[in-house]
Amino acid sequence: MTQRRPNQLFRNLNAKIAALPMILTATVVFAGGTAWTVLYSFTDSGLLPKLDFVGLAQYERLWGTPRWLVSIENLFIFGICSLIFSMLIGFILAALLDQKIRFENTFRTIFLYPFALSFIVTGLVWQWLLNPQFGIQAVVRSWGWENFNFNPLYNADIVIYGVLIAALWQGTGLVMCLMLAGLRGIDEDIWKAARVDGIPMWKTYLFIVIPMMRPVFITTIVLIASGIVRVYDLVVAQTSGGPGIASEVPAKYVYDMMFASQNLGQGFAASTMMLLSVVIVIIPWAYLEFGGRKRHG
Amino acid sequence: MANVGAINVTTASVDAAADAMAGPRGARPRRMLSRRNIFLYGALFIAAVYYLLPLYVMVVTSVKGMPEIRLGNIFSPPMEITFEPWVKAWATACTGLNCEGLSRGFWNSVQITVPSVLLSIVIASLNGYALANWRFKGANLFFTILIVGAFIPYQVMIYPIVILLREMGLYGSLTGLVLVHTIFGMPILTLLFRNYFSSVPEELFKAARVDGAGFWGIYFKIMLPMSLPIFVVAMIIQVTGIWNDFLFGVVYARPETYPMTVQLNNIINSTQGVKEYNVNMAATIITGLVPLIVYFASGRLFVRGIAAGAVKG
Repeated sequence: MTQRRPNQLFRNLNAKIAALPMILTATVVFAGGTAWTVLYSFTDSGLLPKLDFVGLAQYERLWGTPRWLVSIENLFIFGICSLIFSMLIGFILAALLDQKIRFENTFRTIFLYPFALSFIVTGLVWQWLLNPQFGIQAVVRSWGWENFNFNPLYNADIVIYGVLIAALWQGTGLVMCLMLAGLRGIDEDIWKAARVDGIPMWKTYLFIVIPMMRPVFITTIVLIASGIVRVYDLVVAQTSGGPGIASEVPAKYVYDMMFASQNLGQGFAASTMMLLSVVIVIIPWAYLEFGGRKRHG
Repeated sequence: MANVGAINVTTASVDAAADAMAGPRGARPRRMLSRRNIFLYGALFIAAVYYLLPLYVMVVTSVKGMPEIRLGNIFSPPMEITFEPWVKAWATACTGLNCEGLSRGFWNSVQITVPSVLLSIVIASLNGYALANWRFKGANLFFTILIVGAFIPYQVMIYPIVILLREMGLYGSLTGLVLVHTIFGMPILTLLFRNYFSSVPEELFKAARVDGAGFWGIYFKIMLPMSLPIFVVAMIIQVTGIWNDFLFGVVYARPETYPMTVQLNNIINSTQGVKEYNVNMAATIITGLVPLIVYFASGRLFVRGIAAGAVKG
């Protein structure tokens, strides 16, 4: 590096100019915008944001609103199920593809293509497939099972599982891809050693391979989790939150409060809660990955 | 990140597997119809059916007439193929008072996607280049905020951006939407480019500096020509991501500037009266067509893109 230049600000000026959009985005939009929203969540902003502080009143109201409580419950059910199932299905598909099979590329292409589609398209297709009058239910009934019932989209108790099916269809391909990359990173010799020792395949996976894939699993979980909190378009397209409020999710609550109900304060409070839930997921991960002991990788 | 490397490993081992198949080397050949194979391919086949079924149903429904849909079942192939639903979805389907079909949304989406993709890639590649090769004081701090920002739910930042755009007079315009996409594409693309440029051998960079090339000279004459594949990957991420966006479209656009996804949703979910399922499915396919074409045309690069872009979630 050069020694002692008088003006620090103008050193490496071109790089700073080139990085200006990044600096502005990071400070003004990301940091500034987040701080702004959190600050205004303590006000009683209605149609327009204004700085009338009301303490935690918006939060108290939020947690007393049935629609928000339903949203949170749905997010939990949806989140836990989609984490478990997408990891499980994604891993199994990846393990099947990893058996040196033929047509691997064809299968991978098939499993992954839904990921290229938007949540809107996904939601609308599954709305049609789950249509009780014409969809899967009607077809199975026409095959002779007259009492077959599969009507999640119009049943408030199970509607969130209908959304889940669509979400899994769209997202498992990604998990499969990440898992496959992880499996390919496992040394072939480990498989050979396990085979020599006569360890059955499922045991090798469960006790040797999966623990070795820990970083891949953690990355995948973080990705799925941060995607789950955001789930919005899928619900809008597939159920519009219905029947009633049975499939509402937090992201939709935020949007509706801000842009339909002219209740900005509620929207800010709800989005701050969403931020909080992400922070709860991210901080332990960041701690595990970057804090604590230094790891090579 | 690590994933990019892992995908490269994947490619390498696939190639190795292909090599092994080329000649009579390696392990003793197995019988084709072993129990293992039946189970393996059976499971894969069933999974493939599950993934393909919705696409099949979409296509089949979109070429049936309404009477046939009412009578038949959704899986049966069409008795009579008609493209009328496609024409109607494209040109005359209604959302509220506007009966121009999806075409307007399509052109809006094109007008949003093309500049957003170009702008975000130009900006992010310069960011990445500055971060990888021209580190300045505080660069890492901004980069960290940027990456953390990628995990913050968009809902938290939506309203401040509404205010910013309104102040700039861009709220509701296509330009505003382009700006928003550029901003939210930045974390993942910057990461992508930074990692790629960091892997370029430093000797090359130093040699160019000795020869008197500066910041822009090295970028245009060395980095850019060397990194075309990563630009393609970035393009794939952005085209599919921006085309598929719904939230920003619905928040920052007006009905006249709605992108295709928003218009599609309006056509299907806010029609009153008799639902025309065939038109709906035709509209859905048309909307999904662009990312599907990108996906099938790009093949392995798409996989690389999502592994790198996985951070976006």
